[in-house]
Amino acid sequence: MAPYAFVTPAVILYVLVLLIPIGYTIYLSLEKTEVSGLGLGAGARRQVFAGLSNYSSALADPAFDSSLLRVVIYSVILVPVMLGLALLFALLLDARRVRFQRFSRLSIFLPYAVPTVIATLLWGFLYLPTVSPFPEMLSKFGLSMPNLFTTHVALLSVANVGVWGGTGFNMIVMYTALRAVPSELYEAARIDGASQPQIALRVKIPMIAPALILTGVFSLITTLQVFNEPETLLPLTNTISQGWMPLMRIYNLAFDENNSYEAAALAVIIAVVMFAGSFFLLRASNKRVFQGR
Amino acid sequence: MKLIPTRRRRRAVAIAVAALAAAAAAGCSSSGSSSTQPAAGTSSSAASASARASSGQKVTLTFWTWVPNMDKVVAIWNKTHPDIQVQVQTQAGGDQELTKLLTAAKAGNPPDLAQVEYQVLPTLVTNNYLANIAQYDGSLKSDFPAGNWNQVTLGTGNLYAVPQDAAPMALFYRADLFKKYGLTVPATWAQFAADATKLHSAAPGVYLGSFSAVDPGEFAGLTQQAGAQWWSASGSNWTVGIDDAASQKVASYWQGLVSSGGVDNQPQWTAAWNKGMNDGKYIAWVSDVWAPSDFPTTAPSGTGKWQMTELPQWTSGANLVGNWGGSSTGVMAGSKHQQASAQFAAWLNTDPTATAALVSDGGIYPADTAAEAALSAPPTYFSNQPNFWTLAKQYAAAAANVTWGPDVNVAYTEFQTAFGSAASGKGSFLSPLTAVQSTVVNDMKKSGFTVAAG
Repeated sequence: MAPYAFVTPAVILYVLVLLIPIGYTIYLSLEKTEVSGLGLGAGARRQVFAGLSNYSSALADPAFDSSLLRVVIYSVILVPVMLGLALLFALLLDARRVRFQRFSRLSIFLPYAVPTVIATLLWGFLYLPTVSPFPEMLSKFGLSMPNLFTTHVALLSVANVGVWGGTGFNMIVMYTALRAVPSELYEAARIDGASQPQIALRVKIPMIAPALILTGVFSLITTLQVFNEPETLLPLTNTISQGWMPLMRIYNLAFDENNSYEAAALAVIIAVVMFAGSFFLLRASNKRVFQGR
Repeated sequence: MKLIPTRRRRRAVAIAVAALAAAAAAGCSSSGSSSTQPAAGTSSSAASASARASSGQKVTLTFWTWVPNMDKVVAIWNKTHPDIQVQVQTQAGGDQELTKLLTAAKAGNPPDLAQVEYQVLPTLVTNNYLANIAQYDGSLKSDFPAGNWNQVTLGTGNLYAVPQDAAPMALFYRADLFKKYGLTVPATWAQFAADATKLHSAAPGVYLGSFSAVDPGEFAGLTQQAGAQWWSASGSNWTVGIDDAASQKVASYWQGLVSSGGVDNQPQWTAAWNKGMNDGKYIAWVSDVWAPSDFPTTAPSGTGKWQMTELPQWTSGANLVGNWGGSSTGVMAGSKHQQASAQFAAWLNTDPTATAALVSDGGIYPADTAAEAALSAPPTYFSNQPNFWTLAKQYAAAAANVTWGPDVNVAYTEFQTAFGSAASGKGSFLSPLTAVQSTVVNDMKKSGFTVAAG
């Protein structure tokens, strides 16, 4: 009995906070409301079984398709830039002669401690020419500030906030992994005549590959779920619309359009895609990284 | 042999991480329940209030509103009604409140009273979230203009809310800057366009306002003036006319102004827009008689410089304006104290002390036709226009009649998406209009309404 008793709290929590909400979401995704007549008066709107119609209309929704495309482009831009910068900083900090090591580490990490909404508001105000200090600074050099909220540039402007906020955390994860690499390896490499860049490229990066995979997968997951940044910038520009990113579309459907049924269907679709995606990504990378170890 | 368990373990790790990802994704879908947390607190206070009421003690009603200084108005009521205490819970604005209201009502713990904009009444009524208070407040009919009364009854014998303010649109302009640039105060839209062209060539960085894609209500009001009926009902059929000729005319007109540069294409209510309103980048604002409550925060240094005039007309000498917003006080169907709530709603919108306070503290134009006494002194910001409320009264009398449909929220969301990209890309405004029409028709058909395109 003892093993079951020990596992019970975890199982209860798991069922309460995960299985039941997921089950309810799936149930909602199979329902819809139906109206009779003009829809006025009590009982004119009923909840009925909808089959898979929410799923088909969700998949056929052009707004959702374009938001999916947008989030994919966003991830393709954001994840490599953010992880590339994080890796670069981690390697620099781990190099042998670095001044102000602690200070640099802290200041690169600091943006991660700023709440996303506040960071986004700060950046948003920097982007808007009328309230930003940049136009004045640029005009001293005879330059003018480009519009950072045009249809295509807006994606970069939002990604910039993500890079700014996310680099520090990933840098710390990679840096910690680097500290765990046994120093004998570096000695051996130096004896073999490897230069610092070669050590970084041939020894350090392969040694922290598991950390790179981990940060990669987690960054991808958080990026695909981007919500706070564009939702905060939404009122600042006409370019970012209510369904700009997939999760914004879900929020918008559930709370602005009062259609929690189709929103639930969208949530299920996204969850399934992400589950499958992360599963295959991890499996593929496991095969490569951990081969023979 | 050792390989197999290790591999299995790794696969298990892979599954666990993938499950985590899925859980995180699912977490966002269930965030709805967490966003109702504040409302849950409300319900528990409402529950304890009902317990007190049943034992013959005082009742506390919760009231969601975004009228500034509403707490001061409510304090008057609370002083004279010790048994029915009203607690104001200030909301950010109409759209945000509707979002919360729909969620809270669905979760079964709405506030007792809510400020409800006229255009979303059908949405709440078709969801059965508003109480029918005809038995308590039905006798107030004669206090309000027929147009407002029709909006709160939806043309039925029921009463879903008590009208609070009438919201006829009006044009605001910087009198000093109009003089400086040699512009005439436009009486027609043709003159407004001519002013925009003249201004653009005289001062390219200055605009006759901004076309804001985040404000579908403003555009809807402008189309009403041109004769559009976005929704109409007959028998058990709805007709949707969002893409009709009148709306197309308005869309093309504003597209022309935006693409020629006389009117800016930035959203309203942002820090940038406030700054523009304050420092003379925007010298006109197509707005509404409720604007006095916005001006002090939007353009604090413009006191005495902005003036109100009638909304420009499509045909010279005509006398018709649209409505933008305007709201009523509704009693939620989930309230346990509907009678007390209805009593407060009636007091708030018809009692002379209350309407006077609404005008002076809230800066709104009451729908109550008897409230004129409250309107003698102009709003502080418009002290240069002693006849401010007289003008407002004229505009209210000239306001177009409107019927709102059951999914205005869907239309407005699609409007923001479609017109947002059109405005920022300075593209055609006609295709976004078609997009809004088809989204609304599809949404209504999907819900089971019988719809015809108008």
